[in-house]
Amino acid sequence: MKQQELDNRLAEIRDKLIDIEQKANRRIFLLCERENSYAVNKFLFEGLGLRFVIVTGIDSEDCFEILYHYANDETGCFVTIKAFIRDREHPEIESITPMLPAAEWIEREIHDILGIGFRNHPNMRRLILSDDWPEGVYPLRKGLS
Amino acid sequence: MKETLRKPVLAVGPFHPLQEEMEFFQLTVDGEIVTDIDVRISYNHRGIEKLSETLQFDQVPFLVSRVCGICSASHPLAYIQAVEEIAGVKPPERARYVRVIINELERIHSHLLWVGLGGHFIGYDTVFMWAWKYREPVLDLLEAITGNRNNYGNVRVGGCREDVPNEIIPKILKELDQIERKTEMLTKAVLDDPVLHARLKGVGVLSKADAVGYAVVGPTARGSGIGIDVRRDDPYAAYGDLDWNVISQTEGDVFAKAVVRLLETFESIKMVRQALRRLPDGPVAVEVKEIPPGEGCGHAEAPRGETFHYVRSDGGNRPVRHKIRAPSYVNVPSFKASCIGQHIADVTITLAAVDPCYSCTERLAVVDGHSNIIHDYESLLQLSREKTARIKREIGAPELKLEDL
Amino acid sequence: MKALKKSVWVFHVNTGACNNCDIEIVNLLTPKFDVERFGIRLVGSPRHADALLVTGVGTRQAAKRLQEVYRQTAKPCVVFCMGACAGGTGIFEGAYHVAGPVDKIIKEVDPNAIIAYVPGCPPKPEAMISGVVKALAAI
Repeated sequence: MKQQELDNRLAEIRDKLIDIEQKANRRIFLLCERENSYAVNKFLFEGLGLRFVIVTGIDSEDCFEILYHYANDETGCFVTIKAFIRDREHPEIESITPMLPAAEWIEREIHDILGIGFRNHPNMRRLILSDDWPEGVYPLRKGLS
Repeated sequence: MKETLRKPVLAVGPFHPLQEEMEFFQLTVDGEIVTDIDVRISYNHRGIEKLSETLQFDQVPFLVSRVCGICSASHPLAYIQAVEEIAGVKPPERARYVRVIINELERIHSHLLWVGLGGHFIGYDTVFMWAWKYREPVLDLLEAITGNRNNYGNVRVGGCREDVPNEIIPKILKELDQIERKTEMLTKAVLDDPVLHARLKGVGVLSKADAVGYAVVGPTARGSGIGIDVRRDDPYAAYGDLDWNVISQTEGDVFAKAVVRLLETFESIKMVRQALRRLPDGPVAVEVKEIPPGEGCGHAEAPRGETFHYVRSDGGNRPVRHKIRAPSYVNVPSFKASCIGQHIADVTITLAAVDPCYSCTERLAVVDGHSNIIHDYESLLQLSREKTARIKREIGAPELKLEDL
Repeated sequence: MKALKKSVWVFHVNTGACNNCDIEIVNLLTPKFDVERFGIRLVGSPRHADALLVTGVGTRQAAKRLQEVYRQTAKPCVVFCMGACAGGTGIFEGAYHVAGPVDKIIKEVDPNAIIAYVPGCPPKPEAMISGVVKALAAI
């Protein structure tokens, strides 16, 4: 969809967001708490028909950030949902795989390397770490060399 | 004691001579039809994203060009665009054109590689030998420009490391004419061959709905009627200045994907010619002293589809987080949708049609975890070739002829 | 370059590589390099091989399988570490999923293994052929 329409429609989800940030030209970030991430994802994928790109998991020391990247190919705009998981002891978030098969692998990967739980993931098993990799060691957490 | 009937499982795998990477596909079959696929990847996982955090911003391109050998121009370019976005840096005009030249030359030899491999999987070894012979001149051109046949190491934050010297432009143009002639011959032979039509049409179909659900990219998407291409959708380098077409088909089968790749090769040749003729004078890089705090998204259209890099900086000289998503990471899972319901003789070519840059994703290793193995990879390859031979006999078509120029 | 006195059968093993070395190895079969005229043949099973062409860093997941392939290979055999990664993990040194380099993995099962190194990232096909022929002629 055209950029103006995209900007207008994003306002519909504003109540589920902490903030909307515009970084560079055509790079939009939607900040939200983890409770709302499923609804915002559903809005972007099913509501707006944006293309799912990938998910980035980040250990931000006082929280975990889960970034869901979507593309609006008509205008070359990236819309990224930035969901905050504040509970570092038991970090988990709702899986989006049930509505988006494309997310299956990346949620398994983030579970492997960051130890994030994805609730209701249909196939949560080890993906990229070796069979003999020790449980509970998450290589992409900070402080691990 | 009742024993539940175990569905037989096919192993495709681990080390076979022509599939360079390790895979781990477990296919469940009912008779000779695939009913389910399970994938275990880990064999090629090296830990690159974490390694990136230990390198300085300008060292990372050398690392990521080795994520995948044949998308080795696209990964560093996508990363660098993310970093240039954070820093608000615009590379000079000449650099934008050089980036196009290198990346399109890579696309040409990558697509020719694919045609060769595809030919091998269905028993057309003349096509394999021919395609791989005629991709060599492209590699030689890349070596003449950048010093390496692969792993060009040509992009840096702010521009390019090596320029295309004006003196060699006439040579490149002449070589391109040759490459175009040979690609025309290959394309005609492949697209006109009735056996290939019968062998590849209707095989390994990925529906448009599945293509969206699996979020596929590149020729895998364009073969299923999803006409996306980063070069047009979010123009980078000099693509916005050039005159070219996005190629797509609607059938979603292996044949459609082959057509997309072959026709795209001609568009690439066109683009390199235009870029060479319009190459502006001037420097090929600007100095970039530091990267401020921020986050950037960079993407490039690799031969297999969109390569996406996300970079976060905290103002230091290393990335705080670097996420790499290769095109195969979304394309390979779609194999599940395009393979289920297929005959086992079509499994190898269906997977190959996704052009999995295994190195990019994670290579799948093939294991045989069950005792009911019916067909190993060699056997699957044999079945694929036998099917082609059978079709050839039924149609009574002559042998595909490719002239050696 | 003279052809080897006897035909040498080689088996290719990828232990976690970016593919460049692997593609150059497959290139060896193609008309421009035509490795068969030197008596070198790529085979489909380690049991028939005189030499292993190993690429990649030796990831944790691939390490055991590499050892298994080595065990299955008829002895005596030569292990060729093709490229910077196989030779010494290359640019991936220190990455968390690397168990290599390849010689360390092989020596765990056979401390007396015969190992040759062909450096490059990737080594050009000419370098690979030269390395293989020289090493085998010397043994």
